[in-house]
This record gives sequence, structure tokens and C-alpha cells, in this order.
Amino acid sequence: MVTDPVLLQAVAELFPNGISRYAVGGLLVGLGTVVIYVGTGIPAGASTFLESTLSYVSDQSRFQQYVGSRDWRLVFTAGIILGGLAFAATVQSGLITSALYEPGSTGQLYEVAGVTLWKTDVQPWRLFLGGILVGIGTRIGKGCTSGHGVCGVGSASRTSIVGVLTFLTVAIGTAQIVAALGVSP
Amino acid sequence: MADRHPLFKPLIFVGGLIFGFGLGFSQMARPEVVLNFLQFEDFGLVFVMFGAAIVSGIAFALLPRIRDRAPLTGDTYERRLKPFDRNVLIGGAIFGVGWGLSGICPGAAYASLGVGNVTILWALAGMFVGAYVQGYWRSRSTNAAPATAGAD
Repeated sequence: MVTDPVLLQAVAELFPNGISRYAVGGLLVGLGTVVIYVGTGIPAGASTFLESTLSYVSDQSRFQQYVGSRDWRLVFTAGIILGGLAFAATVQSGLITSALYEPGSTGQLYEVAGVTLWKTDVQPWRLFLGGILVGIGTRIGKGCTSGHGVCGVGSASRTSIVGVLTFLTVAIGTAQIVAALGVSP
Repeated sequence: MADRHPLFKPLIFVGGLIFGFGLGFSQMARPEVVLNFLQFEDFGLVFVMFGAAIVSGIAFALLPRIRDRAPLTGDTYERRLKPFDRNVLIGGAIFGVGWGLSGICPGAAYASLGVGNVTILWALAGMFVGAYVQGYWRSRSTNAAPATAGAD
């Protein structure tokens, strides 16, 4: 193969942070899914937790169908949160050093009890309003980035592939419009 | 559910830990990184979703050939297949607007809280509000429809 420096540079511009950290992170996300699937046969997604947890406090019929799975979904979500904390306590805190990690490229770092934590600069109104739409959309659309994107695409499900293409396309359009309107961060 | 295998929840927990660590490591738990991807400034995030889907895809394809039932539940190994209808498009589009506005999706939001992003509580609060609104509405409008016990 002939390496064309112009082409290489063009590719590098598409990936200013390289691809390794993304690929390694993605493989771990997949591994987490596989661990659960191997033991239980469950292709777990993250968004059903919203409805299943609401079944503890609301007797709306829509939520009651998740009563049987709400306990383990709570455990799954606690695992995800603590997995993020484990990352913060090791790599983010510098206990484990990795060339793939950049500390301060976005947001703000702060420290609590020797653990380096990180906080976003994205404005609360964007997070809250976006969160409402994510809550409505993932539940009506039968899945999110992990349910459709990881488990569904991994299952070669046509429904999930269409779902992913839909939310990805709309999200790209939305983010471009919001940026064009000058909203930052 | 009471007679589940004693290792059922510990295994779910370990899976969640690895899943959350991966979201932290990939930086997908940072809304800014997701927004950079959606604005075509950094395409690296493609590798998170497809990297994960390839790993899970291999397991979903191989396990049903290796053994019949999962050891902790006795469930058969099945792929994640959901019926297609208009809701996939409508819900996907609403989710897309929310994802594009906030840079946050459910799994990454939980992991984001873990990496110390307390501001993400705004997004989590929003998600519960949104999930409740759709649940309230659908409980009223589709009471007669059969419930599907999905595992996503």
C-alpha cells in the first residue's frame, strides 16, 4: 500500500484525539454487555432503567410491566455509576497513567478526597431540556445508544439499525443548528 | 424473581462496572466530546459504539451455538430483536433532538455522574421527567394494547 501524506493528514484531522481511547473504551463497553449476556442471556440497555425505576413510585400501567426487572436494572445502573467513579479514581486521578487520556481538554477538573473528578461546562438548561427529550424519545423509540446502538446493532436487528440511523441523523442536525445559533458550550 | 441465582445481581453489577468504566475511558461520559462528534469535529466516537457493537455482536452470534441456556437465569440466548413500527422513527427523532441538544444519553449520563459530573443531575432529572410524561400519556392511550416485556 502506498501511503499518501495528504490523505493521512486529512484522516488525522477527522480524529484530532486519535482513535485508540475511543476504541479501547468501546471494547470495554461491549465487554460489560457481554459479561451480562453470557451469564444471564439478557442484552442489557440503559434507558429502561428510567421507566423501571418509576414503577417504584408510580402505579401508571405503563411502568408496571418493568416491575420484574427493576431490581437488577437498579444494580446495573449503580454498576455504571461506580464504573465511572472507578475510572475517575484510577485513570482520571493519575493513579494509572495512560497516554490515551487527556485530563483537561473539556470541562473542569476538581478534587475530592484525593480523587480527581470532572464537571461539564455544558449549560444546565441544555442538559435538562435535552434530558426530557431523551427520556421521552428513548422510551417511545424502544431503546437508546446502548439498547439499540450496542445490543441491537450487535444483534443485526433491522429495527435497531433504523433506530440508530434516525437518532444519529437528527442529533447531528440538531447539534449543528444549536452550534450555528451560537450556543456554546 | 426471588429464586434467581445468587450470582445474578453480582454479575449484573460487574457488567455495569466494566460498562461504566468503558464509558469513562472513551470520554463518551463527557457531553462536550459527544457534541464535538455530532458537529463533525472529532469522529472518534464512532469507534465507541461500533467497537462495542462488534464485541457484543460476536457474543450474540457465538453463544447460542455454544450452549443452550444462560447459567444464571436458565434463559435461552436470544438476539435483541424488537418489532419495527412508527414509534421507532418518532421516538428516535425525539431522542435525536435531545441527544444533539445535550450531548447526553442514558448510559453515558450514569457514568458521567460517576466521573464527578454533578451538573449531569440536570440531565438525569430531565430524563425521569420525560420518561414519566411518556409513561403517563401511554398508560392512558394504550391501556388495551398488550405489554411487551422487553429486556433492553
